[in-house]
Amino acid sequence: MKLYRVLLHLYPSSYRAEYGSEMAGIFAEELRNTSGVFAQLGLWIATFFEVLSNAAAVHWQIARRDLRYSMRSLLRSPAFLITAILLITIGIGANAAVFTLVDFVLVRPLPFPASKQLVKVWEKHPGYRFMELSPANYRDINAAQHSFTSFGGYTDIDMNLTGSGDPLRVEGATVTGNFFSTLGRSPWIGRYFAERDDQAGAPATVMLSYGFWQTEFGGETSLLGKSINLDGMAYTVIGVMPPDFHFPSRETKFWRTFQWEEESYKDRSDNYVVGIGRMKPGVTMAQARSELEMITQRLQQQYPKENESVGATVIWIRDEVSKQSRLLLFALGGAAICLLVIACANLANLLLVRSLARQKEFSIRVSLGANRRTILRQLLTESLLLGVVGGLGAVGVAAAALPLLARLVPTALPTQEIPPVDLRLLFFALGLTAMTVISFGAAPAIRVCRNAGLGGLREGIRTGGSGSHRMRSVLVIAEVAVSVVLLISSGLLIRALWRVQAVDPGFRTENTLTLRTALPIPKYLKTEVRKQFYDKVLTDVHRLPGVTGAAYVTALPMVWRGGIWPVSVDGRSQHRAEGTSASMRYVTPGFFATMGVPIKAGRDVSVSDTNETPYVAVVSESFVRRYWPDQSPLGRHFDFAEHDREVVGVVGDVRVRGLERASEPQVYLPYTQVADGNYTPYKPNDLAIHSTQSPLQLIPEVRRIIAAADPQQPISDVRTMEEIVAGETQSRSVQTRVLVTFTAIAVSLAALGIYGLLSFTVSLRSQEFGIRMALGARQGDIFRLVLKKGTVLTVAGLVPGLFLAYGAALWLESLLAGLRPGDVMTFSAATVLCFAAALLGTLIPALRAIGVDPTTVMRAE
Amino acid sequence: MTDNPTSLLPLQPTMFHILLSLADEDRHGYAIILDVARRTNRKIKLSAGTLYRSIQRMLELGLIEETKTRPAPEMDDERRRYYRITPFGTAVAKAEVSRLASLLKMARSCGVVPRTT
Repeated sequence: MKLYRVLLHLYPSSYRAEYGSEMAGIFAEELRNTSGVFAQLGLWIATFFEVLSNAAAVHWQIARRDLRYSMRSLLRSPAFLITAILLITIGIGANAAVFTLVDFVLVRPLPFPASKQLVKVWEKHPGYRFMELSPANYRDINAAQHSFTSFGGYTDIDMNLTGSGDPLRVEGATVTGNFFSTLGRSPWIGRYFAERDDQAGAPATVMLSYGFWQTEFGGETSLLGKSINLDGMAYTVIGVMPPDFHFPSRETKFWRTFQWEEESYKDRSDNYVVGIGRMKPGVTMAQARSELEMITQRLQQQYPKENESVGATVIWIRDEVSKQSRLLLFALGGAAICLLVIACANLANLLLVRSLARQKEFSIRVSLGANRRTILRQLLTESLLLGVVGGLGAVGVAAAALPLLARLVPTALPTQEIPPVDLRLLFFALGLTAMTVISFGAAPAIRVCRNAGLGGLREGIRTGGSGSHRMRSVLVIAEVAVSVVLLISSGLLIRALWRVQAVDPGFRTENTLTLRTALPIPKYLKTEVRKQFYDKVLTDVHRLPGVTGAAYVTALPMVWRGGIWPVSVDGRSQHRAEGTSASMRYVTPGFFATMGVPIKAGRDVSVSDTNETPYVAVVSESFVRRYWPDQSPLGRHFDFAEHDREVVGVVGDVRVRGLERASEPQVYLPYTQVADGNYTPYKPNDLAIHSTQSPLQLIPEVRRIIAAADPQQPISDVRTMEEIVAGETQSRSVQTRVLVTFTAIAVSLAALGIYGLLSFTVSLRSQEFGIRMALGARQGDIFRLVLKKGTVLTVAGLVPGLFLAYGAALWLESLLAGLRPGDVMTFSAATVLCFAAALLGTLIPALRAIGVDPTTVMRAE
Repeated sequence: MTDNPTSLLPLQPTMFHILLSLADEDRHGYAIILDVARRTNRKIKLSAGTLYRSIQRMLELGLIEETKTRPAPEMDDERRRYYRITPFGTAVAKAEVSRLASLLKMARSCGVVPRTT
């Protein structure tokens, strides 16, 4: 029988208390009337299933009744219903969106098999931790290493696709033969590269990305084995990669192989290969690092001149996301949690007030014999119902917000752009909702149930309970504190954004159109052939109405941040190290005037600087400061890119590496002073045009001019200089905007919290106010009383808030672009704003308090 | 709770059997099980779970009520609770009988069931 009584525990306790003993009695009778072991066993089995199904039915019956009751009760107070659902939707929606993003960028495995074994390998030079490998160093490391099952490499490349419609500039990658096998992904169709494909003289083959294959070639499988034309050369298409394969970046549309010859291994300072390794199972990162360190030390001994101080950097592919991106994402996560805390505190307050307002109803029910557990269950069902609706809303909010947050996914991450809305998001929202509703719905419910009864009936809503009032005050104080943290954090980030935006890039951004015409090699291998193209284009562009300047440059600042070369002055160091390198750009005459870069001394490069005249260079002021401080640089010589160069001009510094990073000094070389086939990666590709009119109007004419100069030449990256510079702060400004939105919601909610608490207090104390006024208190006294209460709450939240905010600011320091974490202006502004919001929340209840009519109150009593 | 007997029709067979069992006298749970089994030649054997689930529902609907009247002490088991049919329960049972009767009549008129003389 004991077993049967245990089974009865499957029923709800109230049901068990009501019918349990009778059911046990009946079962005992049945057991007595059944003889034989098998018959009794049959009875037990049948009873087991009968209890199971009936208990489930009783539970469902109760749940349905509770749900109906809760729905009716919630619908009776629509304002509460809407507010509570909105709070849950905002709090959980923001968290679901931000944490899906954080999970996507920082946690989720990349779309490669055993992606946790994949690492990137770079050369480490003094001052540069992430320098690409030279082909020779790649080859030597690959031959010597034992840490990786496979070690490949790649470099980004842009090529012109011709022969299928308009010429098109497409981004791709040149890779080693073992690139795909290292990453471990199979092609969607066809085959991927084999080791033989990257041997010198092997047939030119190419693989396409799924997207490129679909958009440019209509997804035709018959393309396999056929040729496409890249930079004037035929490549046989051997395969297409799957839709979710994006490596090295989302923009990569094709892959071709390196075909290094003996010549390619000669120059160890020609760095352009990024190493990709798949660690052997069991090999740790520390082991791999120390092995590579050993190999590079050996290479230093073998090639003391070229490899002096060259080490190796090994990092997990997953860890490539920059520290800044990581920190900004964490900051957003922190802000989302703050928002959730505030939303939850408000929700808890709402539920508390509602349950207090219903205290009388519950007390009457309990006095009439209702079970406290039933009331508790019904209250929890209400919270659960709110949670489910709010949680569903939150999933909707998150799904809608994710595409807007896609800009925060670093482009270098080899994944799709928009984090997918999947089960993870659903479970995250669900978990958070359950946590919120249970933790913040249960407390008021338990409190109200404890108070329900005659005591509660006597006490009623009049006092609200001092314990509950204390709890509500604590919640409001917490809201204020968290709002202050958010206010100060976003204030600091706004100020930092302004600082970055105010950084002088060193060139003019207004009315400047830029575009890229990357001239293909070997068609434009010869300097003279290139010169003809540039001259024709620039002459025609200069003739366009409104154009005041036009020039070509290797790459515009902030568009290509690399491209540095070692400098040697008076036979000193030739190594690519911090403090000895300069950014190298070939330019056509008029580049400085077009870009508004001031010429401080000497002259611009000129058409008369050719391979037949002495090699010259224009250098930036920081170059002069580094090598000839306090001396006239004009006429001085230095060794750069295999030639002795004479300084003929000095120009202002330009932020090549972007607004937030220091740039190397710049060296500009005349576009005509380069031997045929030399430094082709540095050939001028980017065209800048300055105009007195809106530069966008020039686009059709410029396209026509370039088509006339070379009909096969594609144009890409058409944008204004303003857009390029704005792109520098784009991710920062998106993040700041999101943070500001969170803060605005948080501060409004905190003000609402103060308002709610004080309104409730005023309605509770209206009798007291009435009596006070009847006894001679003036309206001003009552007003001050309420105002004081609001101020005390605000100050109580503000003080810890300021300390917490300072802590948050210290943590965010590297994002503050030089702003001090304790920035007085931001802290003061936040304090004032916080007080203003709190005052708004206090004012209405205070005015209501002085509107209390003593006679009405006394009569009501 | 409703006061219209027809609003509960068609009545769940278990409830109908319980109403029939309580129609002639007040009974406790086990007595209802035995009575239903006897009336139906043991074709319907209510389990304790099904019985009390129905009783709970019927109490809510006002079809039956718990009675305080106990049998003679020598016949009584104080752990047991006795149930009695309410006037509303009787009305519902009658409405169900009449519904079934009209169904039977309809079936007879269609020749599905042979006519009785």
